Amino acid sequence: MTVALSIQNLEKEYDNGVRALKGISLEVEKGDFFALLGKNGAGKSTAIGIICSLVNKTAGSVKILDHDIDIDFPLARSMLGVVPQEINLSVFETPLQIVVNQAGYYGIDRKLAQTRAEKYLTQLGLWDKRNDTTRQLSGGMKRRLMIARSLMHEPKLLILDEPTAGVDIEIRRSMWDFISEINNSGTTIILTTHYLEEAENLCRNIAIIDQGLVVENTSTRELLAKSQREIYVLDLVDSIDSLPTFERGRWTLTSPSSLEVDISKQQGINGVFRELNAKQIKVQSMRNKTNRLEQLFLDMTTDDEKESA
Amino acid sequence: MSWSQMWIAYITIVYKEVTRFTRIWQQTLLPPVVTTSLYFVIFGSLIGPRIGTMEGYRYMDFIVPGLILMSVITSSYANVSSSFFGAKFQRSIEELQISPTPNSVILLGYVTGGMARGLLVGLVVTLVALFFSQLSIHNVFVMFSISLLTALLFSMGGFLNGLFARKFDDVSIVPNFILTPLTYLGGVFYSIRLLPDFWQGVSHLNPILYMINGFRYGFLGISDIHLGFSYLIILAFTAVLFMINLKLLNKGYGIRS
Ligand SMILES: Nc1ncnc2c1ncn2[C@@H]1O[C@H](COP(=O)(O)OP(=O)(O)OP(=O)(O)O)[C@@H](O)[C@H]1O
Ligand SMILES: [Mg+2]
Repeated sequence: MTVALSIQNLEKEYDNGVRALKGISLEVEKGDFFALLGKNGAGKSTAIGIICSLVNKTAGSVKILDHDIDIDFPLARSMLGVVPQEINLSVFETPLQIVVNQAGYYGIDRKLAQTRAEKYLTQLGLWDKRNDTTRQLSGGMKRRLMIARSLMHEPKLLILDEPTAGVDIEIRRSMWDFISEINNSGTTIILTTHYLEEAENLCRNIAIIDQGLVVENTSTRELLAKSQREIYVLDLVDSIDSLPTFERGRWTLTSPSSLEVDISKQQGINGVFRELNAKQIKVQSMRNKTNRLEQLFLDMTTDDEKESA
Repeated sequence: MSWSQMWIAYITIVYKEVTRFTRIWQQTLLPPVVTTSLYFVIFGSLIGPRIGTMEGYRYMDFIVPGLILMSVITSSYANVSSSFFGAKFQRSIEELQISPTPNSVILLGYVTGGMARGLLVGLVVTLVALFFSQLSIHNVFVMFSISLLTALLFSMGGFLNGLFARKFDDVSIVPNFILTPLTYLGGVFYSIRLLPDFWQGVSHLNPILYMINGFRYGFLGISDIHLGFSYLIILAFTAVLFMINLKLLNKGYGIRS
């Protein structure tokens, strides 16, 4: 048993006729840190909704650690933790009540629940807020509360649907560390995010969903290896009036003091500097134009404008 | 889930429900007490003496059991319908939906919460009634069992309402347009024997009549209805509502897309 999540030919047609999933199959290995990427409306939350029994599927099957969610639902559910995209907290209850009750729904006795509540609320920086009503928490705190809540039964598979949306950079970083630690301790993690650098830094494997279909499913490393070109932006020390003719790469002068170059990976940065040295152009600073994954992502998913044209 | 885990889940839901209505006691416990006290003052003390006796009892003593049961009915119903709808509205019901807790336990947990509020309100109203009337108890067992079963039945009803409700208004439609009329016409204030034959017959179609008369029997030892019928009707309706609720929950009606 090495598969944490197995999805076969999952389809979903909502009552209003929207076909959110058109037959997706995925496998996530035990211990993996897996990213589920896709544009708005691609079908990520729908898939997650089906996995955690909040959405009825139209066809297909889902197994969590070998337990079918239809046949073996109590076991399947007790191994799964979910942090949903939309806040679904009872705003009149306190964080402490919310997490302790959640443990109760998994049959965990109150004493153990109290211990875990202290542990997870502390780790997520909410222990001081434990007796406030949830309505008084900020958006980022609510999101962390949902993470704490999802951990109370110590699930083997944790799915986080955009956990870092609307969270400031400092807390986002600490969330990354926190989630990585959970992963290191053996919990399989599936994450959706629109911050691609987050997926690139954290996740070992990536699937991209586009319009209800899986268009890519591979390791992060292999995916990045697919990107054959890179675009760099260079700020120059001295302005230049016109673009010199370079031997390699596609160059554009975006302003008198900045250049952009699109160059193959083989040439790399050394290639860029060889060209610049030959023309005696001095560079003040340099950066990647886009994140590599971002570029690949845009290449692989449907362009909305193209589609509607 | 093992039985002991299900028990923990059940207790957790009940505890959460009781915490909810005691936290907002000004909205949940106080109003029925105020309303029934007004009934006691107006019908019992002011108008009652002019009416004289009903079935051989002082009017005040005759109406007290019905008024107590009425508060049990409205409170149980309102607790479950509004709490469940609230959880649906805020989507916190998902906490239970994703958990291994079986739907039957979810249903029973909510229903027990409703019963707790209904019976607590009933108790407080009874205590208030002691100031206005000389309550005697004819049969404690009947009194307790009928109130318990009535609270159960209307908690089930409230759950169904909560499942169907799509907006806050939907939670008050049934109490306003069905429950209150049926309760008033269910013989809280009169013995149906005062009615012409035809309306007596119609009254027998009203399930609340059976509860009020059963409950009144517990206090006064008189009833327009055979006691066995009271139990039968309550249990039958409860069983039907339980099945419907469970079926809808299993289908995910109103909570799963
Ligand atoms: N309850 C619903 N009823 C009808 N259609 C829905 C419902 N929920 C989602 N959809 C539709 O299903 C499609 C997929 O939505 P979904 O929420 O799964 O996308 P997503 O990938 O999570 O997007 P995002 O990144 O914006 O969260 C969209 O076209 C959406 O409009
Ligand atoms: Mg989504």
